[in-house]
Amino acid sequence: MRTIPESLILPSFGGSPAKAADAGTETATSGVGGGYSGPRKLVLICSKGNLDMAYPGLILGNAAAGEGIEVHMFFTFWGLDIVNKKTNGKLQFTMVGNTAMHMSDLGTIKPGLEHWSMPQWMGRVPGMTKIATNMMHKQIADLGVPTVPEFLDLLEAAGVKMWACRMSFDMMKMIEADLHPAVQGVISATDFMDLSEGAQTLFI
Amino acid sequence: MPSNTIESYTFAVNDEGFFTNREEWSEPLAEVLAGMIGIEQLTPAHWAALKFMREDQAKTGVTPTLRRMQTQGKFDVKQLFELFPGKPAKKMSYLAGLPKPVGCV
Repeated sequence: MRTIPESLILPSFGGSPAKAADAGTETATSGVGGGYSGPRKLVLICSKGNLDMAYPGLILGNAAAGEGIEVHMFFTFWGLDIVNKKTNGKLQFTMVGNTAMHMSDLGTIKPGLEHWSMPQWMGRVPGMTKIATNMMHKQIADLGVPTVPEFLDLLEAAGVKMWACRMSFDMMKMIEADLHPAVQGVISATDFMDLSEGAQTLFI
Repeated sequence: MPSNTIESYTFAVNDEGFFTNREEWSEPLAEVLAGMIGIEQLTPAHWAALKFMREDQAKTGVTPTLRRMQTQGKFDVKQLFELFPGKPAKKMSYLAGLPKPVGCV
């Protein structure tokens, strides 16, 4: 490795500049996790199976992996639908219960309308969930963001570790063959405790 | 704006250290920088990724993300992680003389 002149401004590729070369992994600083001092870790607990609630975890996991952070994703309860091959291509988005439901396109009809919150009854019109889901799929695709199954492949390639929750798995009567191949295993809450040691944890 | 000087090369960078002028980049300079960020040698596979990045950025004005490298450049994401370990998108953009990618996915 070359020596780096002191005056050089070098982007941070992991840990301290002196360690820029060691594979660029981030290192956890400060005493998170009771003195844990290994690579920086992020644990995402994905508990929801709605289309709009699947993406935050997928996007954060992907971003973190790209920054050299060790990422584990734990899929529990409805979140299991994200890694269930029978369901993950058909996640849905509903307007019901979402008071932030407004459409940017409406602004082209009348300025200001893009911030108009749609009344809740509209979400209960038959077929509306399907329409809303299709619209969200389109918006996501327009941004070049992959579909959920494709996203899991991308995460796997990026080295993200994925785990299914044992209790939810049993409760939903799933079988291993239902799981997306990127899922490493079905683990218990106790296993999860070991896994998440020293990690920053997000519950989604 | 700060500038970096190494060997006979001088190039302007932003506060983080990324290139601000892609024209100040050259292939021999990329070789020098690669050595400093832990990539001992730039192989043809490394160069394919870096060249795609530069071409794509020249067209769109935006540094491609890993996802775009996959969809538009047909690169294998896993391989990119192997070639540029740790922070592949940042390392590639740095060695290609470009700003870091700003896209989320």
